[in-house]
Amino acid sequence: MKNNDQSEKARIHLLMLRILVYAILLFLTFLCLVFFYMLIINSSRSNAQLQAGFSALPQGNFIKNLKNAWTDASINIPRGMLNSFIIASSCAILTTYFSALTAYGIHIYDFKLKKPAFLFIMAVMMIPPQVSAVGFIQLMMKLKLTNNFLPLIVPSIAAPVVFFYMKQYMESVLPYEIVESARIDGAGEFRIFNQIVLPIMKPAIAVQMIFSFVQSWNNYFIPALLLDKAEMKTVPIMIAQLRSADYSKFDMGKVYMFILLAILPVLIVYLILSRFIIKGVTAGAVKG
Amino acid sequence: MSKEEKVLKKKSPRNAKWGYIFIIPFFAAYICCTLIPQLMTFYNSLFMNYRDGLTQVGPKFVGLQNFVKLFSPDNSGTIGILKYFGNTIILWLMGAIPQIVVAMLLAVFFTSYRLNIKGQQFFKTVIYMPNLIMASAFSMLFFTLFSPVGPVNQLLLGAGWVDKAVDFLNIKISVRVLISLMNFLMWFGNTTILLMAGIQGIDQSLFDAAMVDGASSTQTFFRVTLPLLRPILIYTVITAMIGGIQMFDVPQILTKGIGMPNRTSMTVVMYLNNYLTTSKNYGMAGAVSVVLFIISAALSLVVYSSLSRQYKKPARHRKY
Repeated sequence: MKNNDQSEKARIHLLMLRILVYAILLFLTFLCLVFFYMLIINSSRSNAQLQAGFSALPQGNFIKNLKNAWTDASINIPRGMLNSFIIASSCAILTTYFSALTAYGIHIYDFKLKKPAFLFIMAVMMIPPQVSAVGFIQLMMKLKLTNNFLPLIVPSIAAPVVFFYMKQYMESVLPYEIVESARIDGAGEFRIFNQIVLPIMKPAIAVQMIFSFVQSWNNYFIPALLLDKAEMKTVPIMIAQLRSADYSKFDMGKVYMFILLAILPVLIVYLILSRFIIKGVTAGAVKG
Repeated sequence: MSKEEKVLKKKSPRNAKWGYIFIIPFFAAYICCTLIPQLMTFYNSLFMNYRDGLTQVGPKFVGLQNFVKLFSPDNSGTIGILKYFGNTIILWLMGAIPQIVVAMLLAVFFTSYRLNIKGQQFFKTVIYMPNLIMASAFSMLFFTLFSPVGPVNQLLLGAGWVDKAVDFLNIKISVRVLISLMNFLMWFGNTTILLMAGIQGIDQSLFDAAMVDGASSTQTFFRVTLPLLRPILIYTVITAMIGGIQMFDVPQILTKGIGMPNRTSMTVVMYLNNYLTTSKNYGMAGAVSVVLFIISAALSLVVYSSLSRQYKKPARHRKY
């Protein structure tokens, strides 16, 4: 009898705990989604509707706002998205290819500076990029590379964090025998890397491509210091421009639409690939 | 690496050359785009070099004068850089403490067999999403939502909770709360996923043993989960710290770069950015960068030693 009582008590206890946990989860879900929900709602309302008061439901001006934002004279958002896209996709390709190449060089070959090279990359991994900004800006001014995409793309060849991820991944999927047997078959070293190693690394490369694309798409600090010509600006710079413009004169529906356009490409990719992306978060950071 | 592999590698000395060829692009790019600029930054910190209106002052060698200026009080008696470091630390703590506590709780919830939470994929997808959102756009969104004429104020006024619109962006505490809330939302999902992976890496038999011994779930958490999670937790905290000292996009956009009210939400990198944009004061910007470098180098050293300790010990954790 007493035993029954106790198990009954434990059952109720567990039930209460479950309710509490789900309540916390629902609250956090609400917190994560509510601001984006309001963004979408407000991007469908005209300036007058927005001034008139709060609404929890969409109104019919989405297309009109989209048209206004897309053709705005001072903030050329399609151009900004194109610029951001060019920079971000170039970064994604360079970062993943060269990080994999570097990781492969250090993983497979034996050479004198192998260990120092590895330790050096690990040591600089945590240094924030802002620390070298002053010199970088000056150097780019001297080389007349301001208002040019190259200074935003080329540095992505050296990405210590991506390198580390690739190295970790290689250790778990790339046995030395594969490389050696390809050599016996007479394949050159670059061909082995491009045609045998890269396909094996595909999942890691895909994950890192997404992450570096997103990082570059969202990057604001350095681009804002280097790009000031209207036709060279990237999306985050335009968003900042929106913030410093005279606020009261703005069509707010258009402002919400600009914000939505800035985050939409990443949001769509995420909604399609979320399972894959979330798996990728841990693969490099936590081994085994 | 097995012995056999080592022998194989030794047999082909031409390999050494390829090792160098493969790592050259990385190092060339790093030296040109980061190392040289970094040295130039340090060098700059020793020069007076700025623009005053249309006239260029310097560059003129001044020794450590920029650093002296950086750490001496201004007209109102505050030492700028210390104030901004203080702001950065406060803003970071306000976001990072709830971030780590909530992430820890969620990680325990999600990995608990007893609770058996349904819809995990959905929750994970939702909580990770803000991490990928453009920080500047997210901040602009908060600015519009919380502006005096924004929907939040409309809602408060409509419900009669306030008599007149609250100027959230001109009140010290609300600006700080908004910045930390954004940082929290952007990072707690990421931390949850990392900690979950950490907990899943712990041998299940340890939890079973604790249960057989009659440990409560609180005891299991503090005596089994937490100690074994320590390495990952340290890693998480320190990477969060390094992210924290770089805090820029969110407060910069929200406060239009001025850290209002009265520079109480101005971070160190915003301060650096101010020197770079408005006055083109490369000397002072260099000095701020040097201070920033020293602090992040010290933090990296801590990560490095804690990580190397972690790598020496993993066998012990798994054997029990």
